[in-house]
Amino acid sequence: MVAQQIVNGLMLGAIYMLVAVAFTLAIGVLNFLNFSLPGLFMAGGMLAFGLMKAGWPFLLAAAGALAAAAFISLLVERFAYRPMQGGDPEVPLVSSLGFLVLLENLMLVQFGSDQQAFPALLPDLNLRLGGLVIGYAQLASLVLSLGIVAALSFVLAKTAAGRRIRTVAESRETALLMGIDIARLVPQLFVASAALAALAGILFAVNYQQVSPFMGEGVGFKGVAAMIVGGMGSIWGAVLGGLLIGLVEVVSISFIGADVVNITVYGLLLLILIVRPQGLMGRAPSREKL
Amino acid sequence: MSGYLTGVLVVLAFNVMAAYAVYLPLAAGQLNLGIAGFMAIGAYGSAFLTNEYMWPMWAAIPAGALAAGLTGLLIGLPVLRTHGIYFAMATFALGQVISALFLNLEVVGGAAGYPVTDYAGPNVVFAAAAGVVVLMLYISRTRFALELTAVKSDATVADLLGVPVRGMKVAAFALGAMVAGFGGALYAHHYSFVEAQHFNVLLSVFTVLYVLFGGTQTVWGPLVGAVFFTLVPELLRASDQWRYAVFAVFIIVFMALRPQGLVTAALFRLFRRRAPEASS
Repeated sequence: MVAQQIVNGLMLGAIYMLVAVAFTLAIGVLNFLNFSLPGLFMAGGMLAFGLMKAGWPFLLAAAGALAAAAFISLLVERFAYRPMQGGDPEVPLVSSLGFLVLLENLMLVQFGSDQQAFPALLPDLNLRLGGLVIGYAQLASLVLSLGIVAALSFVLAKTAAGRRIRTVAESRETALLMGIDIARLVPQLFVASAALAALAGILFAVNYQQVSPFMGEGVGFKGVAAMIVGGMGSIWGAVLGGLLIGLVEVVSISFIGADVVNITVYGLLLLILIVRPQGLMGRAPSREKL
Repeated sequence: MSGYLTGVLVVLAFNVMAAYAVYLPLAAGQLNLGIAGFMAIGAYGSAFLTNEYMWPMWAAIPAGALAAGLTGLLIGLPVLRTHGIYFAMATFALGQVISALFLNLEVVGGAAGYPVTDYAGPNVVFAAAAGVVVLMLYISRTRFALELTAVKSDATVADLLGVPVRGMKVAAFALGAMVAGFGGALYAHHYSFVEAQHFNVLLSVFTVLYVLFGGTQTVWGPLVGAVFFTLVPELLRASDQWRYAVFAVFIIVFMALRPQGLVTAALFRLFRRRAPEASS
């Protein structure tokens, strides 16, 4: 029973992990809390659903949803991020929230506000290990998420592109002086974080077999929590945070009740922020003024 | 006044109070994403006092506001150790925890909600919102507001000039929490019913949204933002299901054109410069 809940928690955590990594890319490198990411998460799931309903095969529908999310994210960069440079750091938040509202309402107009059933891809294919039941779809998505995060971490650590990204994260001005083409790099980052969020949305739809125009909100906010618990700007921190938040959520639902989820999950976040503000795996923030 | 118009204006009054609750800490550079939690404290606190202890409304509402302010003071001290985005996330988490606590508190009805006996009419709500606006206008002319701006603009310089930076931040945060609690308490008495689900994260986030949209450089920004956000969706009602989509496009375009918000300090300077020119 406990082991089964831990497995379920890890599966949910894998989704949070992808969202948290998407947020961490935007925050760590661009210092932008991008609230359109929950919208892109939802758009991933909803568009995949819509395209499949139109008769597309799953892989093609998923690719279409990812491409659409990437395109929307470029619009977010153009209209929410770029005009706000040099202003207060909280200002781009407003327009990125505007995109969240826009996406939700476009989907609402298109598909209605009800929860829709996402078709089961691998019906009743479960792996039984001892007493544990693990869905193949869930297992596949856990492996896929971890693989993508590992690849991302490798790119950031070892390749020239990764070094450029880390330079921008360290200091924008220095990066500019070193001849890094920030105007090209920033849209690429937006596409990458959008793809991660949308992929998380598709995996969520496949695993839990439901989509709705508002599915991004709860998951998106827990993704932010996961990012902070793990440590902002740290990829593996986001992984740890995502899995931890997923575990805490599932375990507190099954042992205490669904109503306490917000207390345990966000209580954990609050506690960590007060005790260890840089998160579990984050480096101590460079001493800010005061 | 028609019932519909009164209803809209009451919503506007509540939004204005919430907007100033967000504006106060933001004037010191602190983004409070958990304003709904403080509203919940005010609402449940005041409702509990009138329901269980038969307190009159005029005593229970300030008590609820004080409870929220006190919570802001006590929680502000540890939470204000964090900065910038970390602070925003800490308040975000705080708001979630507070409303989840009320959701699980059976004394005040838990998830079923909590009916409130005493009723505050629309005029009381309008007067209260006007009072909050006047108070904010007064504060904006004091030294306190100047020091908040100093803390926001450059905390180091403010510190060197002898401004108690930490004290200012805590004071702005607690005062904002108190205003939120005040609005929440009135909300409980006007609608005669509170449920924890109302005080969710979207309430906090949207309040921040219209404060930033209105602009935080002047004291008028939150008012303009709240008016815009309350009335424009009503005006767009004709387009029915598309209205929030149209509204979102509005927000995006406006913010791209005016990143500092609708009402900026430069806008005021523009008017001041024009005035003497016209007279000469």
